Parts: sequence; structure tokens; C-alpha cells
Amino acid sequence: MNTLYLRRRIANALAMALSLLATLVGLAFLAWILWETLRQGVGALDLKLFTKITAYGEDGGLLNSMVGSLVINFIGIGIATPIGVLAGTWLAEYANRTKLGESIRFLNDILLSAPSIVMGLFVYTIIVLPSTALTHGSTSFSGFAGGVALALIALPVIVRTTDEMLRLVPSTLREAALSLGVPQWKLTLQILIRAARSGIITGVLLALARISGETAPLLFTAFGNNYMAVNPLEKMSSLPQIIYQYANDPGDAMHALAWAGAFVITMFVLLLSLASRLILSRTKVSHD
Amino acid sequence: MPTFPATAAPEQRAIRDARHERLFRWLLKGCALIVLAALLGAAGATLWGGREAFATFGWHFLVSSEWDPGNDVYGALVPVYGTLATSFIALLIAVPVSFGIAVYLSEVAPTWLRTPIASAIELLAGIPSIIYGMWGLFIFAPFFAEHIKPWLTNNLGNKPDDGKLSWVAEHVPFVGKLFGSDYPFGASILVAGIVLAIMIIPFISSVMREVFQTVPTRLKESAYALGSSTWEVSWDIVLPYTRSAVIGGIFLGLGRALGETMAVTFVLGNAMQLSASLLDPGTSIASTIANQFSEAAGLQKSSLMALAFLLFVVTFIVLLIARLMLRRLASKEGR
Repeated sequence: MNTLYLRRRIANALAMALSLLATLVGLAFLAWILWETLRQGVGALDLKLFTKITAYGEDGGLLNSMVGSLVINFIGIGIATPIGVLAGTWLAEYANRTKLGESIRFLNDILLSAPSIVMGLFVYTIIVLPSTALTHGSTSFSGFAGGVALALIALPVIVRTTDEMLRLVPSTLREAALSLGVPQWKLTLQILIRAARSGIITGVLLALARISGETAPLLFTAFGNNYMAVNPLEKMSSLPQIIYQYANDPGDAMHALAWAGAFVITMFVLLLSLASRLILSRTKVSHD
Repeated sequence: MPTFPATAAPEQRAIRDARHERLFRWLLKGCALIVLAALLGAAGATLWGGREAFATFGWHFLVSSEWDPGNDVYGALVPVYGTLATSFIALLIAVPVSFGIAVYLSEVAPTWLRTPIASAIELLAGIPSIIYGMWGLFIFAPFFAEHIKPWLTNNLGNKPDDGKLSWVAEHVPFVGKLFGSDYPFGASILVAGIVLAIMIIPFISSVMREVFQTVPTRLKESAYALGSSTWEVSWDIVLPYTRSAVIGGIFLGLGRALGETMAVTFVLGNAMQLSASLLDPGTSIASTIANQFSEAAGLQKSSLMALAFLLFVVTFIVLLIARLMLRRLASKEGR
């Protein structure tokens, strides 16, 4: 047999085997992580997680952290959604192919993966420091500051999906409305955003999934609180923050609580991603 | 604008519409400018916060490895080295693995298997980084310390348990230093790099898979028709066609790795020391900030802000290159 041919055959077989191996190794590690989170998390699940606050330490639960996470995420999404949807609309409808629009679209993509800890420090500088100066007191960390930090992380996700989804809306829809004399703002608000609604909702869900596990930006904004806090102007605990704190604690009981928190967050994030996928796939079918 | 009594109503409506239109436009533009403000603000706030450190230490801040809160002297070299070293190790592992996954998913795997595996990997890309950090801290680092580290120190390192240098440590330069360590725990630069690699593999492989799919089928089919093997098509046709976007995807992963806090902080050991060994603990910019910021004051806080500014500038440049590279393929397609 021709040696060149044989060499090529062997090289090909080797490369294919390696690519299969890479896939298996990658999937194995990811499965390992998911499996440990499930195993350790389910082992640590207990009713007290949802009924007791962290002030009890080993005998406590995570109730105040869960409430804090909900409040902070709600503030974050509440700020990021209107701003993000309007900004995405501007990019798609008003500034498509203009210089400023293209630059902002480009910078938004960069903001999408900017280090979140720097965003935390930014919010620390613009909200926590000034409010500390206002109260003349100790550093005034607050759930609200945490929410703003998360909003900055959710914003680029929502801007990008809104922009992409609006650009998918067929231009005949725009032309039809404009030819009836509908002003452009009305066309945008009442027709285009409605047509792209499910896509925009998907973006908001993805943004929520992204911020619900963010830890670094909360450390210097919402800080943490061992007692129940619902007022967003107070220090506030959150699930990622308490996981970080408990995982660094030497006690095994604390580790179990941290795993339980990790399990709750992972399930929440996976469910959100699945839900957004479902919404998106359903709309695709209905458009065909 | 002139008004005529006969057409007052429609005229007024037109004026009102124009006014609303202007307001709406300004509102939208204002929201879009917030994106710009967030980026400029983050850079500005950290630069402003770090001004004292930059003013006190000047260029020395970048090259000094001293970080001594007792004497109030700070230098960025150790955390900068930790960030670069862990990210470099992460890329070294993640790039070939991601390329393998992307080739497998776009050329090799049976068609019915491609979508499920790809979406499983994408779902896993959404898992919060703190989960990777916990897994690293409680599962992988102990596993590494027990099963992998002894082999590395004994067979490659310059500080083996029995004192007998292996052939590699004696004859190959640097390797002995890289793997020599008498630190008993798993947490180290190498483990942090591995955990980071696992975290960015889903990102890089899904970008690669996506760009591989943009290669025109007739290009690949022509190569197959000339007798190319699958590997030759992947390496000589698909990769050159998508080269800029592949590099973009790699830089995107690098941007993630550089700025990652939680996955790294848990497994880096948090030691302010400069060691040649990859098996010794270290620290990174993000984990230094996460560990010290809440208790810092004065010059230390300013130095941490200055570190954050450095991190932001470096990741900004890396992500800028990534996006420009990714854009190049898009323009090739005429999008």
C-alpha cells in the first residue's frame, strides 16, 4: 500500500479519536461538576433551609439569603429591563448602520463579558461611597446598590437580545404601519416590540439566569446580613454571598449549607435557561 | 411652522406627533448611552479610586512584588502574575479541547447527536462561576493533592519527597522549578488554571462550533471530492476559512478567564508570594480584590482600585481584539 495514503489514514484516525476524546473529557468534567452539586446539594437539603435565617449559623437556614437574592435580583432586572429594551430598540430601529449605533453595539458586546468585580467597585464608588458621606455613618452598603450592580451586568444581555430580535421582525410589518401614517414611536412601541415580545422575554430570562449566580459584584455593594432584611436600603444577604462566606468557613456543617445554596442556585439557573429555550423554540415554530 | 385654520386639527396632530417622536428618540438614545456610560464610568471610577496608589508608587506599582499592608507598601506584580499565569494555563488546556469538541460536533458526530451535545454544553456554560469554584475547592483540589500532585512533584519537580531528582527535573531546564513544591495542599496556580479551563471550554467550543458552521458546504464538499480526509478538511479548509473568528473566540475565553473572580479565588490559595512553581499557591487581581477590599482602607483600598483599573483595561483590550476578530468573519459573509 502507498505509504503516503497510509500516513494520511493514520493521521485522520488519530485526529478523529482525539476529537472524540476531547468531547468526552469536556463532557465528563462538566458532568462531574453537575453531579457533585446535585449529590452534595440534595444531601444537605432540609426544611430549615427555607424557614430559618443565617444568624443561627450551623443550626440556621438560608431564608434571609434567599429573600435577599430575590429582592436584589428583582431590583436588578427591574432597572435593566426598561433601559435595556429601549436601548436595544434604539440600536435596531433608529441607529442601525449609523456610526454611533455601531459603536454602542460593539461596546455593548464588550460590556457583556467585562469583569463583574470591576462593576461592583464602580457601583461601590457611585452609590455606596456617596450614601456613606450622606449619612455621616459607617459604610452604607445596601441591597439597592447590589441591585444596581447586577443591573449593569444584566443590561448588555437584554440590549443584545432586544436588538437581535427586533432586527428579525420582517420589514414589511414596518412598511405596512408607516404607510398607514402611524408615527414611528407608535409603530415601535405598539407593533415591533409586540412582534418581538417572546424574544425579548427570553433575553430578560437569560439576563436573570446570568445575574442570579453573580457573587463578586455583591461583596462590596449588598455586603451581607445575618438577619432578615427586606428594606433595600439596608445591608442584605444573598445566596451567592452566603455560599462564598460558608465555603470559606472551616466547619463541615457550613459547607453542607453552602452546597445546599449552590444546589438551589444551579437548579434555578438551569430551569431559567430551559424555560427561555422553550419559549424561543415555540415561537420559531409558530412563525413558520 | 405656519398654521392654517382650515387644516388646524391634522396640522396640530402632525406637530404633536413630531414632538412625541423627538422625545421618544431622545429617551431611546439616552438609554443606549447608558451602556457607554457604564463602561466609561467603570474605568473612570477605578482610575479615580486608584489615583492615590498611582501617585504614590508611580510605575513602580506595576513591577514591585511587595504587598505589605503593615508598612503600607503595595505592588501589583504578584496578582498580575497570578492572573496571567492562571489564564495562560486555562487557554493552554481549553483551546485544544474546545477545538476537538468543535470539530467533533461539526464534522464527526452523527447528525442526531450534534444538537443534544451542543445544547448540553451551552446549558452548562450558564452555570454560575461560584459553583465551579466550590467544586474546585471541595472536590478537585483535594483530588489533585492526593492523586496528581505527588506524581508531578516526584517525577517532574525539583523537590521530590524522597529527595532523589528525576531525570526530567535534572536535565530539562525550568521543568523542575515549575513542578517543585513542598506545599501540602491542592490549591495552586495550576489547579486554578485547570478550573478556569473547564469553565471557559463551553464558551470557546460553542463559538468555534458556530463559526465552523458558517463554512460554505460546497467548499468542504470540493475538498472531500478531491479525496481529503475529515481531518484534512477540518485543518486545511475549515480552520483557515474561520481563522479570525476562531482567534476571536479564544480571546473571548481569555477575557472571561482574566476577569473571573469566584472560580479562581477558592482554589488559588490566596498567598501573596511570587513562586516559580505552578504547584504553589498564589493570588490573582480579582481574588486579591475580593479577599481584601472590605477590610481595606486608605492606600490599600486605593491600590486595590488601581488593580481593578489594570484588570479592566487589560480585559477591555482583549475583548476588543476578540470582537474585531469575530466581526471580520461576519463581514466576509456579507452580513
